[in-house]
Formats: sequence, structure tokens, C-alpha cells
Amino acid sequence: MIASLSLILLCQLIGEVIVRGLGLPMPGPVLGLLFLLLLLLARDRFALLATGPLSGGGVENASRVLLANLSLLFVPAGVGVVQKLDLLAEHGVAIIVVLAVSVVVTLLATVATFVLASWLKTRGEDTP
Amino acid sequence: MSLATNRHPFANPVLHSIWTIGAFLLITGTSYTTYFGGAQFVHFLLGPATVALAVPLYENRKAVLAAILPMLVALVVGSLTAIISAVVLAEAAGLPRGVILALTPKSVTAGVAMGISEQLHADPSLTAVSVVLTGIMGAIIVTPLMNRTGITDFRARGFAAGIAAHGIGTARAFQVDAVAGVFAGIAMGLNALVTSLLVPVAVTLLVR
Repeated sequence: MIASLSLILLCQLIGEVIVRGLGLPMPGPVLGLLFLLLLLLARDRFALLATGPLSGGGVENASRVLLANLSLLFVPAGVGVVQKLDLLAEHGVAIIVVLAVSVVVTLLATVATFVLASWLKTRGEDTP
Repeated sequence: MSLATNRHPFANPVLHSIWTIGAFLLITGTSYTTYFGGAQFVHFLLGPATVALAVPLYENRKAVLAAILPMLVALVVGSLTAIISAVVLAEAAGLPRGVILALTPKSVTAGVAMGISEQLHADPSLTAVSVVLTGIMGAIIVTPLMNRTGITDFRARGFAAGIAAHGIGTARAFQVDAVAGVFAGIAMGLNALVTSLLVPVAVTLLVR
């Protein structure tokens, strides 16, 4: 477990270093994600890599545990709302309504586009 | 409690943890800084959890590759909708400019959103709050909303959840369906990237 977490943290570190070094407009962990993905794909090709956390489902298990508890990881940031209570009191209702409507519209637009694009794609494949 | 209510969307552990802890801090007069000092470790895990998304992505890579085109199109449409709807609605509601700017990146994960907010010279902690609120509301409403539309393609539903409600939406998607969770995770990562690029443009064009 420790080895798996270390591997994940290492990927994150490499991602952060590169992002800061090159000034890329993306969060470090996202680049770390890509790096871990490349490692997993490379493991398919080069059996040599299947050691330590990359073997026996080590990193897979660590990942499962982290993701199973993903929502709770947001709690500390969320509690930060207590610092903004005065601003929320002034504009709170408007902000919440704006965010609520926006999230619904975004969900609908995204899912509709995905389904439509997917349907168009299969239709294009069916017709010769 | 979440399991007892059969994972009813309102029995969201995040939401209830937040208000319970928040209330506790207020009642006992504990400062947020003190709390955050102790909660640092939990908050820190958001980084590794993002990297960990590589595993389900890898495990479902064939399904992902097959859906790459709908994903990219939905990504652009979804990302733009999130930003533009926030700006348009906030202006219609007469919110002050500073608040509008802080709301624009609310669909992406907290760390990135706060970075974008700083670039805009807006208030990053207001952004953080709107990010969490968006995430929670999105996670609560996504399943009932999607069921109403009758759409059963979990890749699409998951992707939408990841775009609109980032990490909290992704967590909710994983609860509902593993494939949805994978697509949500990808959407979240990609949206963070795309939104960072689109927000400055949208702001120049739309915000007075």
C-alpha cells in the first residue's frame, strides 16, 4: 500500500515539477495522471515494469481506496464557506440560484451533445 | 446514513459533513485556520486522488477510445455552457463584477478554479466556495435529472457529471456506475485544462 501511494505521489510530483517549470495552464496532478497512465500502458508492453506496486494490483487497490473516498476529500475546502458567511448573506440567494441553474443547464447541454454526437457517429458508421 | 437511504442523492456525505463541521466551528468559536491546519492531510489527498484516476481510465481504455469524438465535442460544448451560463445568469441577477468573475471557473476542480480566479484578480476563496456548492448541487441533482431525460448511456451521464460538477460529480458518478465514474474523471481532468484556456477569452467578451 505504501509503495503504491509512493508511486502515485511520485507521479504527482513529476507532474507538478513539469507544470511549474514549463508554466503549463493545467494542474500538476492532471499531468501526474497522464504519467501514471503511460506507466500502466507501458507495463503492457514491457513486462519488466510489472514490479512492486505495478504488480499484483498494488496501484489499482490504492487507487480504488482513494477514489472510493473522493467526495470526502472536498470537505475541508467546503468548510471554508464559514469564512465567507457575510458575503453569502448579502448575495447568497442570487449566487446559489445562478450556480444551480448553471449546473442544470451544463449537465443537460453536455449529456445531449454526447448522446447526439455518439448517435451521429454510429449512424455514419452504419451507412456505407 | 448514505447507504441506509439507499444512496439517496440528498444524503450526500459531503454536504452533511460540511454543514456539521461548519456549525461546530461557529458554535465553539474555533477559527477556520485552526481547523484547516488539522484537515491539511485530508485536503492534501486531493492531489493523489486526481492521479489515481489514471487507473480506471486505463482499465476502460477501449471504451474511452471508442467514444473519443463524442467526448471532445461534449467537452467543448459543456465547458463553454458552464462558463457562459454562469456569466449571463450572474449579470442578469445584477451581481457585482467581482462576484461574477469569481463564479466563472466554478465547474472545475478547486485548485485549478482558484488559480484561474487569481489570474482574473477575483476572490479565490469565493471561487472555492462556489466550486464546492456547484459540485454538491450537481452531484445531488444529476441522477434524478438524468433519469427524467430517459438517457441511459452512462458514459454520457458520467461525462456530464464530470464537466458540470468536477470531483464531487465524479465521486457521485462512481457511486452510481463504474463506467460513468471513469468518464466523469476524464471529463473533470479535461475540463480543468479547457476551462483555464477559455475563461479569459469569455470574460473579455462577456463581462462588462
